[in-house]
Amino acid sequence: MKFWIPAAVLVLAAIGLALSPVNEYFFYASYIVLTFVVLATAWNILGGYAGYVNFGTAAFFGLGAYTATVLFKWLGAPLVVQIAVAAAVCGLLGFGVGLLTLRLRGIFFAIATVAVIFIMETLMINWRYVGGATGLQLLRPEVMAPFETYTRMLFAAMAAMAVGAVALARWVQVSWIGRGLRALRDSEEAAECAGVPTLKLKLFACTLSGALMGAAGAPMPMYLSFVEPVSSFNLTWSVNALAAAMIGGTVHWLGPVIGAVLLGTLQQVVTVTISNEVNVLVVGVLLVLFVVVAPEGVLGLIKRWLHYFR
Amino acid sequence: MFFSLDLLFEALMFGVLLGCFYAAVSIGLSVSFGLLDVPHVAHPAIMVFGSYCTYLLASYGWDPLVAGTVLMAPFFLLGMLVYRFYYETFEKRGTEAGVRGLAFFFGIAFIIEVGLILGFGVDQRTVNAPYIGESLRLGDYRIPHRMLVAFGVALVLTFVLTLYLSKTFTGRAIKAVAQDEPALRLMGANPVRIKQWAFGIATAASALAGAMLIIVGPVEPALDRLYIGRTFAIVVLAGLGSMTGTLAAGLILGIAESIVLMFFGASWAPAVAFGILLLVLGVRPQGLFGR
Amino acid sequence: MAALLQVKDVSKHFGGFTALAGVSIEIAQGERFGLIGPNGSGKTTLINCISGTLRNETGSIRFQSSEISRLPAYQRTRLGIARSFQVPRPFHAMTVLENLLVPFAYVAHRKERDAQGEAMEILRRMGLADKAQALSSQLSQVELRKLELARAMAARPRLLISDEAMAGLAGAEVDEVLKILFDLNASGITVIMIEHIMQAVMRFSQRVVCLDAGKIICEGTPTEIVANGDVQRAYLGA
Repeated sequence: MKFWIPAAVLVLAAIGLALSPVNEYFFYASYIVLTFVVLATAWNILGGYAGYVNFGTAAFFGLGAYTATVLFKWLGAPLVVQIAVAAAVCGLLGFGVGLLTLRLRGIFFAIATVAVIFIMETLMINWRYVGGATGLQLLRPEVMAPFETYTRMLFAAMAAMAVGAVALARWVQVSWIGRGLRALRDSEEAAECAGVPTLKLKLFACTLSGALMGAAGAPMPMYLSFVEPVSSFNLTWSVNALAAAMIGGTVHWLGPVIGAVLLGTLQQVVTVTISNEVNVLVVGVLLVLFVVVAPEGVLGLIKRWLHYFR
Repeated sequence: MFFSLDLLFEALMFGVLLGCFYAAVSIGLSVSFGLLDVPHVAHPAIMVFGSYCTYLLASYGWDPLVAGTVLMAPFFLLGMLVYRFYYETFEKRGTEAGVRGLAFFFGIAFIIEVGLILGFGVDQRTVNAPYIGESLRLGDYRIPHRMLVAFGVALVLTFVLTLYLSKTFTGRAIKAVAQDEPALRLMGANPVRIKQWAFGIATAASALAGAMLIIVGPVEPALDRLYIGRTFAIVVLAGLGSMTGTLAAGLILGIAESIVLMFFGASWAPAVAFGILLLVLGVRPQGLFGR
Repeated sequence: MAALLQVKDVSKHFGGFTALAGVSIEIAQGERFGLIGPNGSGKTTLINCISGTLRNETGSIRFQSSEISRLPAYQRTRLGIARSFQVPRPFHAMTVLENLLVPFAYVAHRKERDAQGEAMEILRRMGLADKAQALSSQLSQVELRKLELARAMAARPRLLISDEAMAGLAGAEVDEVLKILFDLNASGITVIMIEHIMQAVMRFSQRVVCLDAGKIICEGTPTEIVANGDVQRAYLGA
């Protein structure tokens, strides 16, 4: 209950905001920040809880975007269906990638995820139906009442998705699944010998993580009215998800949320005031800084300060 | 696309040259990741950085190959520093920290890439030299001189490094530290100093590889992303730590890519390296000559 | 009555190196079994093959009359085989108590609330009760070894394999761990002990097997083993 009441309040607040006369740019920018929250939370299930650091976010995010595109172009499917099917397809990809590579050591798994990104990107570049290398323009459907603009509706939808993703991550964390993931992160061999079915748990984490990332990618084509391979599968999505989770703190579901909000907001500010490229520099520098100096992230720093003042 | 023996032969020839080039570019990673187990995903980024350094020196009139060779010295020192930092911060503290080391190098790769964009812009850069632009005529086929230069340098680099690792004392110590670090310690050698030295050599090789990169074709800051696939595919296919394996794997990749390029077009070529990588990881993760 | 554990003709290679070459052992229910041998003789490899951490290439391993050599490690644990690790591998982000909650959740399928009491009981038997909320980084060597055994016990095993639980420990600490193993055996658990500390093996074991270079070179009572020429040669290299 302690979680669900604030969560419900947040969703209602988001919807309320979307209906209020706030500057349109706020929704435009916040949508990206909320996307980061979902991506970082999803990444953390496999990368943080299980300890399998990976760079594959862009593959699932991009595939989610393209699945939604295909559904929209072929069937005129509504957003909810796009998101649901994208989640299913990307969950399947997560399962497949996991099956292929989770038996391998950490870095091989990470590199394999990069390989999946480029293979997906190449497939989309060569697929005429979705526009190939030049991409596809998409006409947004009529916006659903009571929202004034499509962006506002997407904002509300993404806010709901963020809360949902966090709720799922929280459930995994406190359940016996989370206990098992933490055990296999600390020592996979000892976990196996303690009765933990490590491969099954890793596959579960991979599938759930992939599904959530796909869901986050699905509304993107509608958000941009445009979909194109290079930006959809850009490695920057991967570095942002990873950095947000590691900067925020990987042991608790709050970590990715804090990291995503901090990083996302900072990036929006930097993009507007300086440039888009410096954005990526900011992420890189912060990631390296935290990984070296504060490996437990913002959450870890808060814990230390609290201890210090007790 | 129509199949003809002529085209196939041309693709094969080009593939061999390309393959040797790829092998030379991956040799540094063979040492740093294959032998030293450092999760060095920033290797291609450092190489691209080397390309841009070559570009800078070339704009002052230096021959790119000379520039690349000269750059090996400062890059050697850079490599030693990077390894020292990595070791002190991550490797010393065990496997949990090893995972963070991966994130560390990922961040470094991005910082380098963006740094290059900020410094040089996103446009492609090239260099000029007497051997760039000219081609050798062999019957009906034309082989660009720059490919021959890359081929030659690649062979020399691989040969020298293989010789160094098997014949010299330090070289053998490097191989030893990869196989059995505690034993080496018992023999009185300092494994950290040896690994530092090895990483320096790997980075120096990257400098030369970077020079070759910009000789062979135009470079842009995001090029490192593509080469992550190529270099890791080669190192994994070779089997970690095998120098001759790197050459063999490079040839396989070069020929495969060349054939795909010839018969399926440029839009499919980038996926070849990543496809081979996934295939090897799924079917035979220890590679061809793996430990 | 069939043996609890039957290892028959088990072999394991690592590249060109033969770690185990056709090893056969039978262990009876309730037995105290000692496994000795010089470093590199294959003791831990054999244990890894029994617990499932490694797969044996040839031969069969039968536990309670069913073949287990194709099963993944976690299923063997659920069947009743538990082991400790030579170099302790605690779940370092968890407290001592939480370490035990893992096998309770995954082997006994207990909810965490219910398992806490039983876990504390095990810690009490091990003498770790006052360290229940400590992190593994705060434990001494002997406490880490006890945690390894406690965690193995939380899986409610019928067979416990103790892999050099006393390595590097001094006099009184060795006695502490030995007493724990004796008590566990008294409560019905079959124990395989791998040790270098000869006096511990001799006091504890009813039967001892000596491995050298992947093969069994001697099998018998502690006194027989100590007197055996091959064993002496293997250890002293004469």
